[in-house]
Amino acid sequence: MTVPGAWYLILSALVFGIGAVGLLIRRNVLVMFMCVELMLNAVNLTFVTFARMLDDIGGQAAVFFVLVVAAAEVVVGLGIIVAIFRRRADATADDLHILKG
Amino acid sequence: MPPVTPLLAATHRADWVVFGVAAIVILVGAVGVVASRNPVHAALMLVMTLFGVAVEFVNQQADFLAAVQVIVYAGAIVILFLFVIMLLGVDREENIAAEPLKGQRPAALALGAVVLVELVTLARVDQWSTGAHSGAGQVTGAGDNVTKLGQSVFTRYLLPFEITSVLLVIAVVGAVVLARRPQRSADELTDEEQKEATA
Repeated sequence: MTVPGAWYLILSALVFGIGAVGLLIRRNVLVMFMCVELMLNAVNLTFVTFARMLDDIGGQAAVFFVLVVAAAEVVVGLGIIVAIFRRRADATADDLHILKG
Repeated sequence: MPPVTPLLAATHRADWVVFGVAAIVILVGAVGVVASRNPVHAALMLVMTLFGVAVEFVNQQADFLAAVQVIVYAGAIVILFLFVIMLLGVDREENIAAEPLKGQRPAALALGAVVLVELVTLARVDQWSTGAHSGAGQVTGAGDNVTKLGQSVFTRYLLPFEITSVLLVIAVVGAVVLARRPQRSADELTDEEQKEATA
């Protein structure tokens, strides 16, 4: 083990933080979605790092499942976004208050 | 501890260089996703980050996941993003400087800083790992990464693996239902469409 795992963990914490900030400050729904992908990737990196640190392939198996769930999430999420954009051309997150009572 | 031979030292140095370069690529890409005005540029920056993460996977003996990362994430998910961006024609630049909610941006940055400090502190204050193993197998040892991961997924994690197939079916059905145009009833049709329907 040459590069200590802590470095990888700090890197993924940084990416997670950047993704979280992006999710909060951007208003374009698609870009917000990409920020969620950033956060997912940060967590995947920690899984792989722990798999190496503990010498346990279970961490890599977890990443495998996260990938599947992320793919399913993107498909459904983009479907919802397309459905929203069909109704109204310019949809930022602020304009979406259809569910407001 | 084995003696440090010149070859081993060179390998260590290479590991550090690969880690550093990939880390810079990841961070530049991540900031680019958040800061680009154009959604297409954000998607391309996302590809950069995903590729950097794949390199870090290779650097940690996760060869199969690195390949899947490039194929599934960069090859499929980002392409899906680009399709949606270009089909919907939302690739115009967003005015990033305009702040719709006053004080939201500083608050978001402060929250992000809190998240970061919290993560790093939590990682440092305690030994979170018990060191117990999941029984899934080892990363190191004989055999290649694909074989070991495959054995683990198809034995120890067989039930979760089967459940993901259900999840994928649900996602496909959900996407089709969401993307389908709703069938309009007869009284919603325009006059011309009614003429066509009766003709």
